[in-house]
Amino acid sequence: MSQVIHHDEHYDPEGSKIGMWLFIFTELLLFGGLFIVYSVYRYMNPDAFHLAAEELNTTVGALNTVILLISSMTIAMSTTALQKKQKATTIVLLEITFMLALIFLVNKYFEWGVKFDHGIFPGSEFMKAEMSQGEVLFFGLYFVMTGLHALHIIAGLVIMGFALARVQKGTVHADRPSLLENAGLYWHLVDLIWIFLFPLFYLIT
Amino acid sequence: MENEKHHIVPYRIYAIILLLLLLLTFLSIAITNIELGAFTVAGALLLASIKSSLVLVYFMHLKFDKAYIQIMVGLVILLFIAVVLVTFFDYYFR
Repeated sequence: MSQVIHHDEHYDPEGSKIGMWLFIFTELLLFGGLFIVYSVYRYMNPDAFHLAAEELNTTVGALNTVILLISSMTIAMSTTALQKKQKATTIVLLEITFMLALIFLVNKYFEWGVKFDHGIFPGSEFMKAEMSQGEVLFFGLYFVMTGLHALHIIAGLVIMGFALARVQKGTVHADRPSLLENAGLYWHLVDLIWIFLFPLFYLIT
Repeated sequence: MENEKHHIVPYRIYAIILLLLLLLTFLSIAITNIELGAFTVAGALLLASIKSSLVLVYFMHLKFDKAYIQIMVGLVILLFIAVVLVTFFDYYFR
């Protein structure tokens, strides 16, 4: 332990980890609240939710689930690679994670696009005219929750971009892995939320 | 175990967890295709809970973290479950 204190080199891995977890708790409760709204409305409109859920494409949902699960593994592996001082592997694994996240968003774009083409989007005249209150609620929740989740994917991409740049520059390395570890924690959170979104919207019909 | 020393999780563990997660995903697609009534929702949520514990414990390193972080995560989950229960008691007995 050096006695010299460099302020610009302050590094507190445990503090960073606690901070990240506290932030994750707020995120869990944010989505948790939305899940409760979903459950209550489902309880009050079982038939409408059943009908509306049939509209969703399970194949696209399943594909996105697989993509997110694989990306969660690759970012977890990149932390291992960093600790093993395998810089090139770390970078490749991070890049794969980044690409998988982009593919997820592209799928989401097409999935939402099909819904828009069918006249299903917030405030659409078609929905007001053709659908029951319960179905409108289902699609409202669908767009808000998968949309908020997609925003988290975009935030995850930005964080991964920073981690990638810092690993390349060499300021994130085996002895200072916090940024990459926290990027990983955030990405797993995004995965965690999708693990519940997928069955609730796509599977339970 | 000390501050500075990090537990390095082997690649193999992550690959095994991914395989389990994929297996559980396909299992949940399979069981929701069968008409089980109320059990469909319960089954899907149970499988999702197992999947999320795998992610929390292995991918998010909780298994290798200090006890206080594990306890905090547990408390947040309990808080969420409590809020769900209170909300449903309210709606159920209205």
